[in-house]
Parts: sequence; C-alpha cells; structure tokens
Amino acid sequence: MTEPLLSIEDLRVHFHTDAGVVKAVDGVSWSIGPGETLGIVGESGSGKSVSALAVMGLVEVPPARYESGRILFKGRDLLTADDKERRAIRGKEISMIFQDPLTALNPVFRVGHQIAEVIQAHEKMGRIAARAKAVDLLGEVGIPNPRQRAREYPHQFSGGMRQRAMIAMALALDPLVLLADEPTTALDVTVQAQIMDLLIRLQADRGTAIVLITHDLGLVAGHADRVLVMYAGKVAELGTIDDVYYRPRHPYTLGLLKSLARMDQRRSDRLQPIVGQPPSLIRVPPGCPFNPRCPFATDICRQEMPPLEPKDGPDHLAACHHSDQLALQQSPAAS
Amino acid sequence: MGKYVVRRLLQMMLVLFGASIILFICLFVVPGDPIATSQGEGRQLDPSTRAALERRYDLDKPLPQQYVSYLGRLSQGDLGESYVYRRSVNTILKEKLGNTAKLAVAAIGVMLALGISAGILAAVFRYSFFDVLVTLSTTFAVGVPVLIIGLGLQNVFAINLRWLPLQGQSAGNRALILPAITLASLDTALVSRLMRGTMSEVMRADYIRTAYAKGLSKRVVMLKHALRNSIIPVLTYVGIAFGGLLGGAIITETVFNWNGIGLALVGAIQSQDNPIVLGAVTYGVLVFVLVNLVVDVAYAFLDPRIRLE
Repeated sequence: MTEPLLSIEDLRVHFHTDAGVVKAVDGVSWSIGPGETLGIVGESGSGKSVSALAVMGLVEVPPARYESGRILFKGRDLLTADDKERRAIRGKEISMIFQDPLTALNPVFRVGHQIAEVIQAHEKMGRIAARAKAVDLLGEVGIPNPRQRAREYPHQFSGGMRQRAMIAMALALDPLVLLADEPTTALDVTVQAQIMDLLIRLQADRGTAIVLITHDLGLVAGHADRVLVMYAGKVAELGTIDDVYYRPRHPYTLGLLKSLARMDQRRSDRLQPIVGQPPSLIRVPPGCPFNPRCPFATDICRQEMPPLEPKDGPDHLAACHHSDQLALQQSPAAS
Repeated sequence: MGKYVVRRLLQMMLVLFGASIILFICLFVVPGDPIATSQGEGRQLDPSTRAALERRYDLDKPLPQQYVSYLGRLSQGDLGESYVYRRSVNTILKEKLGNTAKLAVAAIGVMLALGISAGILAAVFRYSFFDVLVTLSTTFAVGVPVLIIGLGLQNVFAINLRWLPLQGQSAGNRALILPAITLASLDTALVSRLMRGTMSEVMRADYIRTAYAKGLSKRVVMLKHALRNSIIPVLTYVGIAFGGLLGGAIITETVFNWNGIGLALVGAIQSQDNPIVLGAVTYGVLVFVLVNLVVDVAYAFLDPRIRLE
C-alpha cells in the first residue's frame, strides 16, 4: 500500500450519557490511500459512522469525548487542529455524504444555491460563477436539465436525484477523501446501483479516496479494495476483499457472510442468521465482545479481548483467539 | 394562489357577518339606556329630544330591523354615528387608528428585535447562564399581568428615574417606548420561547450537520441554515399577534392614556356608545382576519414546501 492519505490510530470516542458511557468507537485504527476505496462494514450501532464523523469533526463534544487516538490527514493530527483549520479541510479536502438525502438537504434553499455555497465557502468565487459551477456539477452527476433543476428545492427532487445532488456538493471541490455513510441505504435497489456507478465513475475521474460505510456486504464486495469489519465499537477484521470474503478469520465476519442472500446458491440452502443481538455499547461483555454470540467461544474469549493481529499475511488482521479454527472452515463466499 | 385568496376573502365575509350578529345581540340586548347614558349621567332629557334621538339612531325600531339597516350601512363601509360625539364612527376610528398602528408597529419591533434574538441566543447557548436568564425573564413576563408591568414601568422609568414621560403622546417618539414595551411584553416572551424551541429542534436536523460538513462557520450555519428554517413558525406567530395589536390594545392604551382604538373602545363601553363599540370591534375582527390571510400567504413564500390551494 502507498503512503496513507488519512489514517486513524487507536481512536476512542466515548459518549457520556445519563444511562452510562457509550463506547461508540473503542480503539479503532484504519487508513486509506489516495484513490483507494475502504469499506467499513458493521451492524447499526457498531460505531462505523462515528469514526467518519470524527474525521469530519462533526461529533458533538460533549456528550462525546476523545479518550485516545489520532486522526492523521496529510501528516497533521486533526484532533489537535483548531476549528478554523478543520473548517478549511471540511468540504474541501475531506467531504461526506449521508444516508438520507432528503433530510440532509436544507428544505428552504434551492439545490443550486446549496451546492454553490460550499464552493464559495472555500474559494474566492463570485455568486454567479459559483452558481454556474453548481449547474455544471449537477449535469456531471447525471441530473437532466441541470440549469432548471438548480433552481428547484430539495422536495422537488426524487430520492436518487437528491443523493446525486449531495454527491455534487461533496465532490464540488475535488476532495481527496469522500466519506460515504450508507449512501444508498435509503434508496431503491435500482437507484442504489446507479448511485454506486456514479461514485465509481467520479472516483476514477478524480482519484478520490472513498470510505464506504455500509451494512451491505454485497455493496462492499463489488466496490471496495479493502474492508474493515466493525463489531461493538472495535475492529473485528481488516483485509483485502479477497482476504476477508474468502478467508475470514473472525467468526463475526463468517456469520455475516453466511447470513448473506446469494443469487448463485441453491434455494434449499437456508440463510444462517447470527444468533442473538449486538451488545449495548454501554455494557459490552468482558473479553471478546462477540463471545456471547460466537459458536467458537471458549473461556479465554470471555476473559481476554483478543488483540488485532496479522493472520495468514501482514495486511490481513483479525481480532480472534480462534482464527486457526476458522482457517479450517471453507468460506461461504468460496462455495 | 389567486383562487385561494379569493376563497379566503369570501370566508372572511362570513366571519364578519357572524361576528356582527353576535356583537349586535350582545350590545342591544343588555339592559341599560344608551341614550340616557351617552348624554351624561343624571341629565334630564325632555321626551321630544329623546324621541328625536331614538329616531335618529333607529332605536325606535324593533331589533331585527335595526340590525338589517346596520348591515346595510356596514356593507357600504359606513359604521354609523356616535351617540356621544354625534360624529361618524368612521372618522373617529380613523383618527385613533394612526396611534394604535404606531403603538402596534413599535411593539412588533420589540418582539422581533428582543424576542427573536433572545430566543436564538438561548437556543445556541443552551443551558448557559443567558439561557437561564431568558427562561426566568420570560416566565416573569408571561406570569405578571400586562397592567402590573405597565404600572411598574411607569413607576420606575417615569416617576422615579424621570427618564421617560408617564403617559400621553405629547413627547413624540419617547412617549412610545414604555407603552410599546408594555404591550409587547407577553408576546416577546412567547416569541423568544417559541424561537428557542424551534431553533433547538432545527439544530439537531440532518441538514445542519450537512452545513457543518461543507466547512461553513458556526455563525453561518446558525444564522442562515438554522434560523431560516426555525423562524417560519415564529414569524407566523408575530404576524397573528400584529393582527391582534392593530385592533387596539385596551389595557396598555388605558394605562398610558394612549389615544388609540383600545382607549376609544373602553370609553364607548362606559358611555354605552354602541356604534363606536360595534365599529371598533368589527374593525378589529376585520384587521385580524385580513392579517391572518397575509400571514398564510407569506408562509408559502417562506417555506417552499407549502403550496396554497
């Protein structure tokens, strides 16, 4: 891998609430190189969005607290940067798109204006020039009749068009990194594919690094170079798509793959769900957080958190005491 | 939208018609002798004068007939003649309207300037000392009757400090300050609470997070993205309040001897000058309904998602 553009090291983001301390991100590290796509996969509440929001500086402090860690962007630790410095990076060098494109756009401003706004926030550009650029961007993300559409409000757009507008906004200034937080979850399946194709095309044109946060393993398999599997605020497994899908070394990853519906499987094969529920992030079980749901769990799993270690290769990491046992099983992805 | 406005104007006619019936019944069914009262307490009227007056004001006719002829005049915009002043009610109200409007505009100014900014600051700096101060002072303003607030302000600023005139309008715009604050006190408190509430809610919206994600400063995010959304219900409230204030402020105008429609109404009720009472209240209803219509139309301009049909 080339020199990382953005890396998170041992990040701990804890939310101090009335009910207790929510360890949303608890010792997570990942990095992404220029033009790369990193998938972050996990169930809702696994902390996958929070690490991205932390990169943007959009985690509200308090209730959140950074207990440890660094977020290095081009060699600079963003957690120690002041507000002005972070603002200069937000939307220009690192930008983000969100799950629900209807609520993510401001209902009372015209779409074109909202796109022009990010341009004018970072560049010395007149209103008219910024508007014209917004129209060009809308055309580039595949919105027909962009000149007229730019003058419309978000509620006049369909779900897919709103997400296209969000993408136009996020990529307006050619950022180095795009954090895409469940970009297709709120959309119809056919529209999902269109949006992903659009992201891939724009990534190829601009060399943007994309962090694709999703619960959809299929989406990651098709589009990411590497994948990070998160469970209960911790990294369960990290590796290339082939490593993780064909040689999973964490039982949670294996469980996720088994519960995936596949078109190329016989119909008699039942999907195998992971039994139980993900833990509350306030009361994470001692030892490995996955142990109550894990078919491989032994005493050590209930006592000791397994370290995130290289398994069968330097870039394939997993946090499991029993990775060796998993190595003996065939991955459902390989069948 | 033109269709919508026409329909609303027709509805307004119905409201006015209903209001006029209720008012007419209330005024003319209550016991008392308007002719005697309006000519001054204890003054003896000779029977022929009295008969002439009754004829002049239709009081010799049965009530339904009185109402019909009143309605006939009203439809031409004529509110009749005052028993006391023997002058057209239209003229009298027109003289008072300027003063009432001046006071209403000043009070709305206080509401917008003080209420909205206090609400924004309280929402942005939630649970801060300032927020607590706003909560306490608005509770005070809501809880204490307007009459007491007016008298209290007079006592402090006019009698003790002698900074501002006690009452009347002779001192020009300086005379406007205390009555405007008094009149605005309750609504300013309610506006700032409404503003704080809607703003706090909007601040949690996804599009606020998007605005921060674009790299906008907190000031722009708050004063543009959050304010533009949260101010819509507040402006609606202020608009409706304005409609009410234009109809005359009875307590404030009385406390400050402000020569407006409210004061005229109080005087007319005391002297049973029914045409003025009818005229002032009908005017109040009309203004209120009209301003409401303007507010509803304005809403569609402020919130692009609203369409009038």
